[in-house]
Amino acid sequence: MLSTPRPGTKMARPPRTYVACPECDLLLREIDLAPGKSAVCCRCGATLYHNTTDSLYRTLALVTATVILFTIANIYPIIGIENQGSGNVTNLYGAVDSLWDQEMHFISSLVFITTIVVPSLELAMLLYLLLPLKLGLVPPGLALILRFLQGIKPWGMVEVFMLGILVALVKLTDDFSIIPGVALWSFGGVTLMMSAIAVTFNPRDAWSHLECRTADGDQK
Amino acid sequence: MKYEGVTAASQGLCSCHVCGLLSRPAQNQGKAHCPRCSSRLHLRKHNCVGQCWALLIAAYILYLPANLLIMMETGSLISYRRDTIMSGVIYLWNSGSMGVASIVFVASILVPLFKLIALTYLLLTVQKKSRVKPGERTRLYRVVELVGRWSMLDIYVVTLLAALVQLHSMATVKAGPGAIFFGAVVVLTMFAAMRFDPRLIWDPFQNGETLAKCREEAGLPNLEQQQDAPAPQ
Repeated sequence: MLSTPRPGTKMARPPRTYVACPECDLLLREIDLAPGKSAVCCRCGATLYHNTTDSLYRTLALVTATVILFTIANIYPIIGIENQGSGNVTNLYGAVDSLWDQEMHFISSLVFITTIVVPSLELAMLLYLLLPLKLGLVPPGLALILRFLQGIKPWGMVEVFMLGILVALVKLTDDFSIIPGVALWSFGGVTLMMSAIAVTFNPRDAWSHLECRTADGDQK
Repeated sequence: MKYEGVTAASQGLCSCHVCGLLSRPAQNQGKAHCPRCSSRLHLRKHNCVGQCWALLIAAYILYLPANLLIMMETGSLISYRRDTIMSGVIYLWNSGSMGVASIVFVASILVPLFKLIALTYLLLTVQKKSRVKPGERTRLYRVVELVGRWSMLDIYVVTLLAALVQLHSMATVKAGPGAIFFGAVVVLTMFAAMRFDPRLIWDPFQNGETLAKCREEAGLPNLEQQQDAPAPQ
């Protein structure tokens, strides 16, 4: 837990060792963290930053694995149904496409964006950031990419989609026999990996590679 | 627990909403930018209260058709069903899948309603400069942000069913107009939750001048107190 300066303090310039809580704006003194620990605001309890062990390497490994699984999950069929000789299979894009053909353009785009576009963008941008950083280079456009990454993050909903598959399965079992596809298992994997990435990736580390234009932003 | 404390705003400091860097916005230059990532600096999310209300009211309006219109049409040789969200849950419950019925009930009925009510409550208390339980209200906001995405569940289920169950003679499933409105409610409430600035919950514990500055940035003019505020310099 971080500590805050005494009330009544007046500061001439922002000391570099201070952070403001993003949820209650309290000024807090930064502390060094032991690996695996996180810093918490002493007033509102918001998590401020983590010290993730080996963040760069672990995230890079996870992202690479997720890229492979996510590709499989998008190519192969998720589930197939069969009843008295007639049946149907679909993969993720097939489902989006079929909904588009049924004149459900808004829903179709929503599903397309949240399950295909955003996760693939997220993975691509993480690769773009982490590979050069691992080699000790700062990729051009780092600030832009990090900003974009932060903006689209809430719209990647692979884990919700996974639950959706399971609910759909239960609804289908009464009337059809179900053939689980390769992508079903891959999506399970992607769900787990994505949450692991969210834990290991540390945007604060990535930001620290950027220099400020002026020492403390004071332009008097 | 003591709620008063030195905030960044009271020291004239701004934390960047993108990269989190604390900096002092340059005076008399109009638009201040973060020295590290060049995003615009704001004391609080700019005009967030009005925008949050707009999104929230739109979501309230769409919430009605989302729940009243048909979400999914199921047709087969022997039966034909048109389900709204609620009737779909009831059908699922009666057909014996109580667990799944509860999951769908929570994700598509309780969560959107909870989000709408919680955000309304948060906005109202912020506007009234309430000092009641700021810690609990911040936690409420965190829950709203966390659970919002799970309402998309029903959209995905409908998508998968409508794509799979297309056996012309045997059975077909079609998404209904309710799905469109429901999707819109989820998106609008997610945007509303993102626009809300939880720091406003804690602002009433600051001194009057800082409070007025923060509220002005958030789009909450402070009429009673503004008159005798000292002019700068």
